[in-house]
Amino acid sequence: MIVDSYRFLPRSFRPFYEGRGPFRGEEGPVWAPFARRLADSRIALLTSAGMYVRDAQPSFDVDRERSHPEWGDPTWRAIPASARPEELAVAHLHINDEDILADPEIALPMRALSELADTVTEHVSVMGYQDRSLREWRSVTAPAIVTHLREQGADGLVLAPA
Amino acid sequence: MPVLARWIEAAGIPTVVVTMMPAVAEERRAPRIVGVEFPFGHAFGMPRDRVMQRRVLTLALEVLAGAAVSGTRVDLDVEWPVPLREAYRAWQPEEPSPIVRKMLEARRSAS
Repeated sequence: MIVDSYRFLPRSFRPFYEGRGPFRGEEGPVWAPFARRLADSRIALLTSAGMYVRDAQPSFDVDRERSHPEWGDPTWRAIPASARPEELAVAHLHINDEDILADPEIALPMRALSELADTVTEHVSVMGYQDRSLREWRSVTAPAIVTHLREQGADGLVLAPA
Repeated sequence: MPVLARWIEAAGIPTVVVTMMPAVAEERRAPRIVGVEFPFGHAFGMPRDRVMQRRVLTLALEVLAGAAVSGTRVDLDVEWPVPLREAYRAWQPEEPSPIVRKMLEARRSAS
């Protein structure tokens, strides 16, 4: 089966994604070999669903996005692997969050991963809608996530856009 | 998201992107890609469907650990178990996002 990448996308959005090619400066391949056996590896998850821990972390800033529609909160949150589903909240204005709140595993399958592999103690969440320059994601957020993943001893990362 | 994967991969941490838009992830040169024909917000499948979620994650781990070259893409052969029209409506927010609202207003004032 070849997945239809535009099956669930409104038709008018398709030109924003299709045939756009790589970002400038991102044309070449990147590659970090997965050197270990999976059974001996520690794996991390990253969701772009705008998930955060309701009583312990600030929400992603959707108020500013409402007043500046081209802007998206570029910060990130560390999500404890031990967090219970009812402790998690979602701040993402581009999706219906009902199913994720009902079962966060559909965006951040922390429980499923713990049954399949050794996992980090804190996974990662970002909010996927970003301004076109991606400036802060590139200069601040991505390096901070890399540092976090190294501190967590992650041998690999599974990313899932919302 | 694919470009975030690239930056993390370039820092030495192997990545795999599980995405409903694998063609876009390929265009953006993500190193490893698992395609799922699921609605947005549902990368790992249906709520409370542990078998489906585990199947997606298992494939992601296999591609993460087993892909040999940058640009590897494997699509999951699972059909979304909800009729298209219903699923298409269900993933979208009740109110249009701010940027969509702005675009709609611009279109309206241009016409």
